[in-house]
Amino acid sequence: MATEAHGEGLTFHPMDQFIVKPLFRDVAPGTCVPADGITEGCLKWYEPTNATLWMGIAILCIIGLFVLGTRGRAIIPSRLQSIAELGYGFVHKMIEDVTGKDGLKFFPYVFTLFCFIVFSNFLGLIPGALTTTSHVAVTGILAVAVFLTVTIVGFVKNGVHFLELFWVKSAPLALRPVLALIELISYFVRPVSHSVRLAGNMMAGHAVIKVFAAFAPLILISGVGIAVTPLSILAIVAMYALEILVAFIQAYVFTILTCVYLRDALHPSH
Amino acid sequence: MEIAAAAALGKFIGAGLACMGMGGSAMGVGNVAGNFLAGALRNPSAAAGQTATLFIGIAFAEALGIFSFLVALLLMFAV
Amino acid sequence: MANTTTEAAGAATEAAGHAAEAAGHAAKSAGMPQLDFATFPNQIFWLAVALVIIYLILSRVALPRIGGIIADRQGKITNDIAAAEELKAKAVEAEKVYQQALVDARGEAQRIVAEAQAEIQKDLDAATAKADAEISARTAESTRRIEEIRAGAARNVVEVATETAGAIVAALGGKADAKSVASAVAAKLKG
Repeated sequence: MATEAHGEGLTFHPMDQFIVKPLFRDVAPGTCVPADGITEGCLKWYEPTNATLWMGIAILCIIGLFVLGTRGRAIIPSRLQSIAELGYGFVHKMIEDVTGKDGLKFFPYVFTLFCFIVFSNFLGLIPGALTTTSHVAVTGILAVAVFLTVTIVGFVKNGVHFLELFWVKSAPLALRPVLALIELISYFVRPVSHSVRLAGNMMAGHAVIKVFAAFAPLILISGVGIAVTPLSILAIVAMYALEILVAFIQAYVFTILTCVYLRDALHPSH
Repeated sequence: MEIAAAAALGKFIGAGLACMGMGGSAMGVGNVAGNFLAGALRNPSAAAGQTATLFIGIAFAEALGIFSFLVALLLMFAV
Repeated sequence: MANTTTEAAGAATEAAGHAAEAAGHAAKSAGMPQLDFATFPNQIFWLAVALVIIYLILSRVALPRIGGIIADRQGKITNDIAAAEELKAKAVEAEKVYQQALVDARGEAQRIVAEAQAEIQKDLDAATAKADAEISARTAESTRRIEEIRAGAARNVVEVATETAGAIVAALGGKADAKSVASAVAAKLKG
């Protein structure tokens, strides 16, 4: 497979679309090999990259929808304003239902996460775009931020009682230490699963589309292409439709899990 | 170079084996969604309030499949 | 055989490394772009910048505005419903007043009719009573006259009888003393 992929035949580079590179320069080969201690060509932390570009576009979209779209403050909303209000109501209701009334002071925070993820996911579906949320660095920071928020809020709100989250009162006394250990581990695994779920979903779908896309030019190379090329294009369309669904559902899942974790912090006894 | 070849072989076989985990996750997601549907058809009025729980359940079941996919990718590209 | 395997493995490594190569990395650091730790500080920095900007935009401008719009709309709807309720209450009130007026008018009309009837009855009664009184008065007058006439006639009868008796006695040659004649007549009349 790999031999085929290389050379004059089909080229499979499903992961190339995730490469973060500087916007205004090319990294010369051999100038960034951290293993060998060569770092002069590497990305500087302040350099604008394609990730910066797509995050910036996401910010512009958010401004366009939530600031310019609601400019009219109309009682009878315009289309854009309806969408903005729909998003507001969606997240507002989610927090209220899952976390309760006292979770509403985290509404701007949760809404920021939701907006960033949903816009990044959808912008990533544009051909040629970089899906910023497919990077574990990005989702990891988001998840760690949620984890730290939950832990800090939990201890500030409940003090030592927050530890009751790990001490399952409804279980028999003998089982409680074991359960406490399991709960503790699952608590610390939360940011990992939280971030990897989002990044993995985004990466997987895009990589699969890319693999199917690599089969598409087969018609130019060999006779089998007459059958394979339409099939692969059909598969791309189907995957793309699924990805649109996934883009929203993953943003929803990330947000609702944030709400669930916040509920643990605010009411650890439940 | 024999060892490198064996390593490459192991990588690809391992990646293929890791992908089997995704089947388990698929069963899990199907189980969650199917049971939700069965419950929802019995009591449609209670279904609307439980969609959040449905998605949380699906997310948890799916995360494990994503983990196995991740392992496959790591074997293919990172090891 | 071994040669081809080696070749394949080498090609595989090369292909796997191709992604990184495209970005200018050496083939040695082949792997997923997600695990290219050299890009992490950059991504984390720009993510933090983006999140702070989004948070500020949303929490300072967008969310209060949308919340305000929704609250305004809710307020307007509540007000409108309240106004509608008020108007409805007014309509109900007006209808009640109208019905009351109708009932009143009907009552008044009945009262007037009854009054008129009573008045008419009274007049009628008065007229009847007057007529009755007149009739009885006339009857009494007539009775009195009849009595008078009858009394007059009786007196005349006595006079005539007395005279006649006197005359008859005289004619028969007796001498009639008036007193005895009269008493005889009276006795005769009584008898």
